[in-house]
Amino acid sequence: MSNEVIIKNAVKRYGDFTALHGVSLNIEKGEFFTLLGPSGCGKTTLLRMIAGFNSIEGGDFYFGENRINDVPAHKRDIGMVFQNYAIFPHLTVEENVAYGLKARKVDKKEIDRRVKEALELVQIAPLASRKPSELSGGQQQRVALARAFVIEPSVLLMDEPLSNLDAKLRVQMRSIIKKLQRRLGITTIYVTHDQEEALAISDRIAVMNQGKVMQVGTPSEIYAKPENPFVAGFIGVSNFLNCDVVSCENGVAKVSIKGELDIDVPVRKAYTGKAQLSARPEQLFFSETGMPGKVMFSTFLGDFIEYEVELDDGQMLIINEYTKDTAKVHEVGEKVFISFDATRISLYNEAEEVLSK
Amino acid sequence: MTDRPRRKIKLDFWFFVKASVILALCLFIVYPFYTILTKSVFSSKVEGITLYNFQRFFTKKYYYRTLLRSLVICSFTTLFACIIGVFIAYVMTRYNVLGKNVLHVFIILSLMSPPFIGAYSWIVLLGRNGLITQALTAIGLPAPTIYGRNGIIFVFTLHLFPYVYLYTSGAMNSIDSSLEEAAENLGMNKLKRIMTITLPVVLPSILAGCIMVFMTCLADFGTPMLLGEGYTVLPVLVYNEYMSESATDPYMASALSVVIVACSMVMLALQKLVVEKKNYTMSTLRPPQETKLHGVKRFLASFPVYLVIFFALLPQIVVVCQSFVERSFSGVVQGINLNNYRAILKRLGQNIFNTYAFSLAAIVFIVILGILISYVLVRKKGKAATVIDTLIMFPYVIPGSVLGIGLIVAFNRKPLILVGTAAIMIISYVVRKLPYTVRSGSAFLYQMDPSVEEASINLGVSPMKTFFTMTARMMLPGIMSGAVLSWITCINELSSSIMLYSGKTSTIAVAIYQEVVRMSDGTAAALATILSVTTVISMLIVFRATKGKVKIV
Repeated sequence: MSNEVIIKNAVKRYGDFTALHGVSLNIEKGEFFTLLGPSGCGKTTLLRMIAGFNSIEGGDFYFGENRINDVPAHKRDIGMVFQNYAIFPHLTVEENVAYGLKARKVDKKEIDRRVKEALELVQIAPLASRKPSELSGGQQQRVALARAFVIEPSVLLMDEPLSNLDAKLRVQMRSIIKKLQRRLGITTIYVTHDQEEALAISDRIAVMNQGKVMQVGTPSEIYAKPENPFVAGFIGVSNFLNCDVVSCENGVAKVSIKGELDIDVPVRKAYTGKAQLSARPEQLFFSETGMPGKVMFSTFLGDFIEYEVELDDGQMLIINEYTKDTAKVHEVGEKVFISFDATRISLYNEAEEVLSK
Repeated sequence: MTDRPRRKIKLDFWFFVKASVILALCLFIVYPFYTILTKSVFSSKVEGITLYNFQRFFTKKYYYRTLLRSLVICSFTTLFACIIGVFIAYVMTRYNVLGKNVLHVFIILSLMSPPFIGAYSWIVLLGRNGLITQALTAIGLPAPTIYGRNGIIFVFTLHLFPYVYLYTSGAMNSIDSSLEEAAENLGMNKLKRIMTITLPVVLPSILAGCIMVFMTCLADFGTPMLLGEGYTVLPVLVYNEYMSESATDPYMASALSVVIVACSMVMLALQKLVVEKKNYTMSTLRPPQETKLHGVKRFLASFPVYLVIFFALLPQIVVVCQSFVERSFSGVVQGINLNNYRAILKRLGQNIFNTYAFSLAAIVFIVILGILISYVLVRKKGKAATVIDTLIMFPYVIPGSVLGIGLIVAFNRKPLILVGTAAIMIISYVVRKLPYTVRSGSAFLYQMDPSVEEASINLGVSPMKTFFTMTARMMLPGIMSGAVLSWITCINELSSSIMLYSGKTSTIAVAIYQEVVRMSDGTAAALATILSVTTVISMLIVFRATKGKVKIV
């Protein structure tokens, strides 16, 4: 049976090095939840703690009501897809998929039925009697997937399952995994360092950095409202600008950018002083007034044009302008003025906490 | 993952494995050697602890010249084996030598054949009544003698050059061809390319091969015993001091053993110092291309290789032929028949049975221990694994005869009397031949991704059951190819058997030695043929199983 996963204050240490600093997460039943972050952020470490392959130095792990800290790995009832698939090389496709069912002493006829069904779901039924060495990478991936979900685990774990596939196959497998997860409704925890993959596949994402969770949210929340500069920089492209909050009244902050541009930003709490703002390339636009700069480089990408603009103080900004919104193409060397959509940018105080609504 | 002060020792299966392996290794390796060490500082002539034996060794010519002779023999053998091995490795990897795959198998076979059979065959050819000697004398030419220093070096070189060949050709095959192309591109001519790029890069492997040659030479007992005549080397002296009826001195024999082990240790330390520090890891994207030679050039490149391999295999051929020739006591040929085989079956059936029974028993232990120990070394790293890793390689520096003496002095008194039993023979085989299997098993396991085991555990199979049904099974190819090498060296084992055997536990190798000493050439040849045929069949099984990718070194 599928189950919710609750992690309270998980701590992992390797000698003097702390790999996880008290991570807490609530993963809902049937949810597709992704741990996203750069390499070394602790996402795989956390996944392996859930699986039972890493020791737990602190905190509590629950599947529903059951605390699983002291349950050995083979009794946790988890399906796992490994980065290198970990297909048993001496067993056929069928035998690989049946392995977990045999360990659960499922009736022989039932095993045959479920294995057949699982292989059909991942579209490799004709390969049932092949040996792993006769399979392509994508086919091995499907075997690994079928083997993990056929046991109807309470939780499905996936450790960068697509990283060994070529780009085209990766996109294809991504949608297969997503549709399968929807259909089976298994709580799934997915680890990746690829933000595009995470945005495309997840119900919710936890962005991790240096053993901490930086933000948890839906893909659109994380993209539109990054809660700290790390998330803003890691997910998508962001332009960062130093600024000053001059005053703050009635939930609106007056922000001065380099003394050249003043904007009003709706904020959730009062603050004055040094601040930092981040804006997506599509949230910046060319206007009659604003920050003066010069177009240094332009790349025509079909539905939009990407400009690199150098401000007078030397800082580079990236601006995307959709071709359907404008007829004018700015030339390299052209003097321009840049402005913001103040309601959609993110504003952070000196402690890197988000101020904007 | 070191700093875990509160971590308790888990009393699980692996704790039990580690504890019993360490205990067994201490009992059968450390304790015997410790006994030798303590015996070496006593003497029947002086009271109390003394360095008398060592003082006598380094002052009396009778003793110290054996060390010098050993070093002379080892040095020259290593030099010649190096020249021949490197040359053949270069030609075989870079040119289209005719039938090179078969030649490769032949070279491995000549290494795997028991060394003393080589010595014996050359006696048949070049000994006092040797076939060639007689032929040359008949036409009035002086025949070269196989006895003494030069003979020993000659036989050793032909037997051991494969070590250098195997190490060097392995390294040469892993040089990316772009390395040499880069040198060519930068304007180096062919000879300079070999001298400045190829040789320096494979040098660590060449040295590793040379050290194997040196250590094997130093420890070998059979060849110098049969060929030495008056030219006594250190292992032969150990045997004489310990076994001969005239001058048995276990204290002196122990001191001599310590000297040999010290020499081996110096060599091993040298290896660590020189070889391991200068090892290059290369990513071979494009393996080196072989140059296609034609006509005379191809013949000129192939001929020396064929010549060396012919001489290396000649002993085997001679032995097989000789085994069908019946001779009278005076050496006159009586006929070509199977009488030699009838004679050994009648007289030495027990030896033949013992050889296979002991080796088989040893292999059962070696395979089981090999699987468990390889797993501990690769997957259960820690202090215990380091201790096991060190102890298990100890037999590399302890020559068989020394280990034999150690086992005798350690187990000829209560509480554990093993001398004269089959058990002590089997123990000595297990201890000495286990490293082959452990090395091959752990090398195999290193390439096996641990996630396969994790996948099994994750699917609900307990770690213990996963190990026995999945991991152990998948390790089997690596374990078996090592085990066959262990098996081959077990059936051909002489140097510790000759120390440990009793009337009932004698083996084929011991019998061959005794038959040769007794000048009973026909029966010795028949016995040697049995060993050779077993060796060849075993090797062919490994070649078939590993598709020719067997790792001897």
